[in-house]
Amino acid sequence: MPSEEEIFDKVREALVDALGVDDDEVTTGATLQGDLDAESIDFLDIVFRLEKAFDIKIERGELFPEDILTNTDYVQDGKVNEAGILKLRERMPFADLTKFEAEPVVQNLGQQLTVKDMCNFVAHKLAG
Amino acid sequence: MRWFWLDRFTEFACGSHAVAVKGVSLSEDYLHDHMVGYPIMPNSLITEGMAQAGGLLVSENYGFSELVVLGKLAKVEFHTCVRNGDQLTFRVEIEWVRGDGAAVKATAHVGDKLHAKALLFYARMGEGSEEMFGGRLFRPEVLQHWLSLVGVFEVGVKADGSPMQEKDYPQFEICNA
Repeated sequence: MPSEEEIFDKVREALVDALGVDDDEVTTGATLQGDLDAESIDFLDIVFRLEKAFDIKIERGELFPEDILTNTDYVQDGKVNEAGILKLRERMPFADLTKFEAEPVVQNLGQQLTVKDMCNFVAHKLAG
Repeated sequence: MRWFWLDRFTEFACGSHAVAVKGVSLSEDYLHDHMVGYPIMPNSLITEGMAQAGGLLVSENYGFSELVVLGKLAKVEFHTCVRNGDQLTFRVEIEWVRGDGAAVKATAHVGDKLHAKALLFYARMGEGSEEMFGGRLFRPEVLQHWLSLVGVFEVGVKADGSPMQEKDYPQFEICNA
């Protein structure tokens, strides 16, 4: 199992290659969409590079559970309900959802996903 | 003018790779202005040729049944100039594929000379695409016509090596009915 630092280095390399950002822009607190300007298609590119870098398989919806965010059982008036939050916690144990839970507007989830969440996701995959 | 930037496939191996050619002719309008007195095929159109070849290969991976769009050119490099009278050979290989998209490695050669190299990402739009775009962007009969024009069913082979046939794709059978 690689160390936290080794995981961060490889995640940073994947993000630099996929998003065309500089090394020093990729900090643990940087948000993928807000700070690093990742667009939805970039997530495919990022997943492709993470799979290669860590020799893991990432299924659709695993990193970003869009099926929950488009399910009317979990979303009402553009906000994730309590059941949806529970489902997100279950599916995204690697992400810190505290900020999102304070204002669970669907669009906020992608906006708030950080590099640290991404590193935690990889560690979670490697541990599983 | 239709937006066709490859003339014919010479190989089409489902789920793996494809090779297509495009002849560059002075009778094509865009060469008259690009550049005046020194015709060069724009690299954007060469990229489109690679993207079309890769897009059809990826689309086949989803049974030609859903819209697949070019989402991103992750890396593209060009080396030379492509002139009238040249023949481009596009080679595309599926590098990675998932339920929601795929990555394709592509090259364009003139003879033995490498002209362009790219890593392309495609997004599978899925069943909601009609609603998203306010209508169907690509009708099955149009796609079937295009595949036929560029010889996909003449050279195509499935993963088991058997020839591709239109009847393997139910939506085209409906068009033929």
